[in-house]
Amino acid sequence: MRIAIIDESAARASIIQEGLVSLADCEIFVVTERRGLVARIGEIAPDVVLMELGNPSRDVLEEYFAVSRALARPIAMFVDESDDEAIAASIDAGVSAYVVDGLSAHRIRPLIDVAVRRFNAFSRLQTDLAEARGRLADRDAIDKAKRILMNSRGITEPEAYAEIRKAAMNQARKIAEIADAIVTAHKLMGGS
Amino acid sequence: MAESLTIGFLPLVDACLPILAREHGFAEEQGLSLRLVKDVSWATVLDRLLYGHSDAAHMVAPLAIATTLGRGRPAQPLSVPFVLGLNGNAITLRSDLAQQVCGDGQLGDPAKVGAALKVIAEAQAAAGQRLRFGVVHRYSSHNYMLRYWLAGCGIRPDHDVEISTVPPPFCADALESGEVDGICVGEPWNSVAVERGAGQIVLATAQVWRRGVEKVLALREPVLADKRDAVERLIRAMCAAGKHFVDPANWEANATILARPEYLDGDAVLIRRAISDRLLLRRGGDIVAYPDFMFQYREAANFPWVSQAEWLYSQMVRWEGMTLDPGDAVKAARVFRPDVYRSALVGTGEPLPGASSKVEGSLSQRTSVGTQQGNMTLESNRFFDGKVFDPADMSGYLAHLTSN
Repeated sequence: MRIAIIDESAARASIIQEGLVSLADCEIFVVTERRGLVARIGEIAPDVVLMELGNPSRDVLEEYFAVSRALARPIAMFVDESDDEAIAASIDAGVSAYVVDGLSAHRIRPLIDVAVRRFNAFSRLQTDLAEARGRLADRDAIDKAKRILMNSRGITEPEAYAEIRKAAMNQARKIAEIADAIVTAHKLMGGS
Repeated sequence: MAESLTIGFLPLVDACLPILAREHGFAEEQGLSLRLVKDVSWATVLDRLLYGHSDAAHMVAPLAIATTLGRGRPAQPLSVPFVLGLNGNAITLRSDLAQQVCGDGQLGDPAKVGAALKVIAEAQAAAGQRLRFGVVHRYSSHNYMLRYWLAGCGIRPDHDVEISTVPPPFCADALESGEVDGICVGEPWNSVAVERGAGQIVLATAQVWRRGVEKVLALREPVLADKRDAVERLIRAMCAAGKHFVDPANWEANATILARPEYLDGDAVLIRRAISDRLLLRRGGDIVAYPDFMFQYREAANFPWVSQAEWLYSQMVRWEGMTLDPGDAVKAARVFRPDVYRSALVGTGEPLPGASSKVEGSLSQRTSVGTQQGNMTLESNRFFDGKVFDPADMSGYLAHLTSN
């Protein structure tokens, strides 16, 4: 089975690809470039196309499927109209799938399941990454705030941290927020 | 507690009514809380609607009919109780081509531009280099308007030129890179192409059909039945938004709202131009005013005329090279739901037409029409070639269109 993964994010495409190689009898093609997409799909002549729901080229691709004589068989979204649950799950995960008409459901279903799981895993990864970035930024602000307090009030680092933490507790705010406020105030007062 | 409705949209100026209904509290006044979900392709807007991520969607009108008839996807009946606007699109050509067929300073005359374009299109086709046009979707009014105009000028859309799909955000790119020679797209994307020096606006689609149906609010038929009361409140809220949208006093503020990252994420200056019916036709030129470039409120613009749905179906038949199917024609006509629109607005100050269908293109001057409620005067709704669409004789109309 020839599978084309169309994704402008090369990272996500490779995560999906990695998931699909475990399936037997699959040849996988990754397309990350928007330009020339239709020609590339024509060359690949895939049985299945997986594409992120948020990809702006979906309308272009659907038109190509609708009018193209390049592909021997028409491509329909999913094999089986009755398989609504799988379609709903894939849309929830943010993946759209196009399948050559006539491929049997039991061959497609495991593939879609893997794609959905991989898409979900990628979104979780993104969320984790954003959180980790946030934590790094927080730590940076706290370090700066501590230095400002140490310099301006001649206190030690643990004392400076205790001051920030006390203020956060009193105001029911996050330590990073108090640190940010200190850094901003310091900048406004002409500090660097 | 306010009932919540989720509405899908594409970042285009004519997604304005649900956005402004939310932003100005018109929805809230109706006891509704609107959640708006932005996407970048009509395919995704449609998928979200069909699989319940959204209750309603901003949609190119022909797509609602195509979905009902099972084109491209398994058939699912959609309903349109409200038209989000008429026209608002333009045709932008590569600058050198525009100079040859249109000249400078103002929008062209559709017949004259078409005649000049025909000469070039035929020469290009003979040289094996057909002119290429981009439209935003196969089932879009853009596609049908462009084809109507080309065919009306003797340019056969599927023989003399090539028409393909280009997503709105890439239209300027496609012109610039020479991928296409012209685009038919909504605002702000023509203006973006002009600002980048990639093209010149030669026609507004309002010149092709003075009152052409554009985007609609579409729902799945069972969802409309299920949430009928909330949908009627949404219709009232969007009518209030329409009234606010066309008032010049609000243009500045509304352009600023629409430009925000969560909505169009665009340039407020360009958006303000479009909503005030003004266009910069080419970079470095003067701004030209074209009244009713967009048409969001007057003359009960939002009323879903059954004859509009039927016209769209006639164009679908025409360009898909199929024969007219009376069963499909009935299904297509039923997509537009004037009964829901009436029921939502009866007893308000909004005019309600007496009829649900009209002969499209038949008015060439201001005409007072019979109403169920209020007074209504319709202005010209002509097609550029003067042809008239009588929904009672669709086959006659199609025969007439293809005979010359």
